[in-house]
Order: sequence, then C-alpha cells, then structure tokens
Amino acid sequence: MSQREEAELSLAEPIQQMPALVNADAALVRRGRFVSTEFMLGISATPYYISIVNGQIAGLQRGPLVMRSWSFAIRGGEDVWRRYWQPLPPPHFHDIFALTKRGEFQIDGEYRTLMTNLLYFKALLAAPRRLAAGAR
Amino acid sequence: MTAEIDAVVGRYVHLTLGGRPHRIYFEEAGSGIPLLCLHTAGADGRQFRHLMVDSAITDHFRVIAFDLPWHGKSTPPDGWQDEEYQLTTDAYVEAIRTFRDALELERPIVLGCSIGGRIVLNLAMRHGSEFRGLIGLDSAAYQTGWYDTSWLHRPDVHGGEVCAGIVSGLIAPQSPDVSRWETLWQYMQSGPGVFKGDIYFYRIDSDLRDALSAVDTRICPLYLMTGEYDYSCTPEDTIATANRIPGAEVIVMKEVGHFAMSENPQQFRRYILPVLETLRTKA
Repeated sequence: MSQREEAELSLAEPIQQMPALVNADAALVRRGRFVSTEFMLGISATPYYISIVNGQIAGLQRGPLVMRSWSFAIRGGEDVWRRYWQPLPPPHFHDIFALTKRGEFQIDGEYRTLMTNLLYFKALLAAPRRLAAGAR
Repeated sequence: MTAEIDAVVGRYVHLTLGGRPHRIYFEEAGSGIPLLCLHTAGADGRQFRHLMVDSAITDHFRVIAFDLPWHGKSTPPDGWQDEEYQLTTDAYVEAIRTFRDALELERPIVLGCSIGGRIVLNLAMRHGSEFRGLIGLDSAAYQTGWYDTSWLHRPDVHGGEVCAGIVSGLIAPQSPDVSRWETLWQYMQSGPGVFKGDIYFYRIDSDLRDALSAVDTRICPLYLMTGEYDYSCTPEDTIATANRIPGAEVIVMKEVGHFAMSENPQQFRRYILPVLETLRTKA
C-alpha cells in the first residue's frame, strides 16, 4: 500500500475490522482472558462502544447512545487515530500514553481495568496497524 | 566443546553502600579501557549483553555492568522487607564510585541509560575528572513527574505486567520483536516497587539546569544520545540540556526509543561505535 493510500485509509475500516483482528489472535485473546468489560473508543465526536468478554471482542456499537456506560474511554481526533494506526507510526503517535502526554488522546474513567491489563489493551488498540501493513 | 558460550563472566562483589553491606552482581567481557554500563530504572545489567559479545567493542574495551542494589541479581540490603526503596542522587553516585574503586577501574568511561543517563550529568558536574568520558542515553537535566507512579506498586495490579506495559510505549515500532520482548521480560522480572523507587530519583533533584555550568567537557567529554521514539526524555529535552553545556555532543538516534542498547542492538551499534572509537582515540 502506498503512503497516499495509507493516508486515505478510512477510519471506519480499522474500527470494523478490530473484532476480527483481535478474535483471530489467539495469543492476544489469551493475554486478555481475564478481561470482561465495556470501554469506549472515541474518534472525534463519534463514540464506539466495545464489549470484551474473556479477551474476545463480543460487541462493537457505533454511538452516540444516550445513557450507555463504559469502564474507561480513550478519545482522540480522526487525524490522530489515523497516524496512530499507521504500520510504523511516527514518534509520539506510536503509544497511547505518548499521545496522552501530548494532549492528543484523552483517557477517562476507571483506570484500574486498563492498567491491570495494559499490554492487552495496548495490543488491542494497535491491532488495526496490521491492516495498513498489508496483512489483508 | 562445541556449545556456543558467551564470553561474559558474572561475579559478585561485596560493597558497603550507605553504611550497609551489599552483595552486588556484575558481568563483564573484553579487555582494554573500562566501559562501565548503567542500566535503566527497574531493570538490570542484562540490557548491555549485546555490547559484551561484540568484538568491535570488546577488543578495545572492558565492558562491565553491575546491577544496582535491589535490581537483577544484587540482593536488597538486610531489612528490606520493612523499607520502601527510593533511589537518591547521592546513593546512586556512591554506588557507582564505590563499585569503580572496588574493581580498581582507572578513569572508566561511563555509559548510562535513563536514570543512568541522568546520573551521568551528576557525575559530570561533581566528578568529571574521575572519568575518561561520559555517555548519557536518554539524558535530560530537567524532567518532571508526568504520570501517577502509584500504579507501579500496588497489590491489585501485577507489578511486572504493568511496568512492562508502561515502558512498552517507550520502544520504537521498528525494534525487532525478539529484542522488544526481551527488554519487557526484564521489566516483568523486577522486584516489587523497584521501578517506582527508581523513578523517585527523578522527583528529587529534578532540575539540574542551573547546575550544569559545573560541567567541563574539556576535562571529560560528554555525549548525550537519545532515541527519537523516547517520549519520556525526548530529543528536544536532551538538546535543551546540551545547549547549556559547552562542548557536549548530542546524537539523536533514529528508529529507537528509550532502550537503544537492548531494544535494537544493531541500530544502537551504528551510533555507539563511532563514539567509543572517538573516545578511544582521545585516550
């Protein structure tokens, strides 16, 4: 995939592919086998609610939905997610806390779920990088 | 014997640090100018293992890495179970100088990473004449606490997993998987609260900016090398530090993060070999 094509990669695809990418990754699911929660991934003004059951993504719903609850939320602008999901993201766009430190991502809510399973959630959130890397 | 055996030897030395007896583990390889390596927070001397099997280095340098007290195979002091470990500048400098004296290393080069990169600045300020050269990886004179370190040591979160999870973001995406995960494994093996206790070191004496005028690079050359993917100590932080030290040389390393020697040994080699060669020529 050319750089131009990468830049034009629609954000709808990485989100929609995330359940298949994660659930097909046996090592990742095993890493998250004790994780059952709901969290929110926000792309600009659009929230996506992601349900995890024993490490698998059991549900993905585009919002907004009034009264929908979640344990934690991670939010950033469209352009930030696009750069984060590049196969080789540039410095500062390669990690959720690097982006949070720069104020490009906001993480709110119940941190304990995230921190207890940090390697799992970092790998889950980065899973769409494999799409642009040509893993399709 | 046909087995492949690294030419690295590990031993223990008994030192008195802070008035208390310590049994300190160290590894070494090679011969020549002593090159004393200081590991990152919450890790140990294994991070330098690739330097110790690189003949381009070991043909000219005696590469030595010791594990700080509480780290790696160095045992914590008697009574540790009732203490909270907190590294201080004075304790760190004492450990380095005492170890150096015990092994009778004459004017070694010090190569330190992260907290080891920070302490290199303290060595340059206070004891520059005792060293042949100082190399700080991910070194900056000013760093404030930017995250809640209480996550690093609490009973309801696995310390090894969370420490590895946090520092995983300091590794460049280009670094080979095998080296990335070996680096993280060492973080997973760290004792409870040790990484947090090392980070405490940044919270005291956290601002060396006005003290850097004491550094004289004519007495001891100073190299500051930072990976472009290090968002904890950024290249900009290092450059700002070097701008206050006449003669300090800055090298921004492409495609590496905070653990250059460990996360991508081949890439690090491209940057460190010329520096070591320059220091060797000066010697």
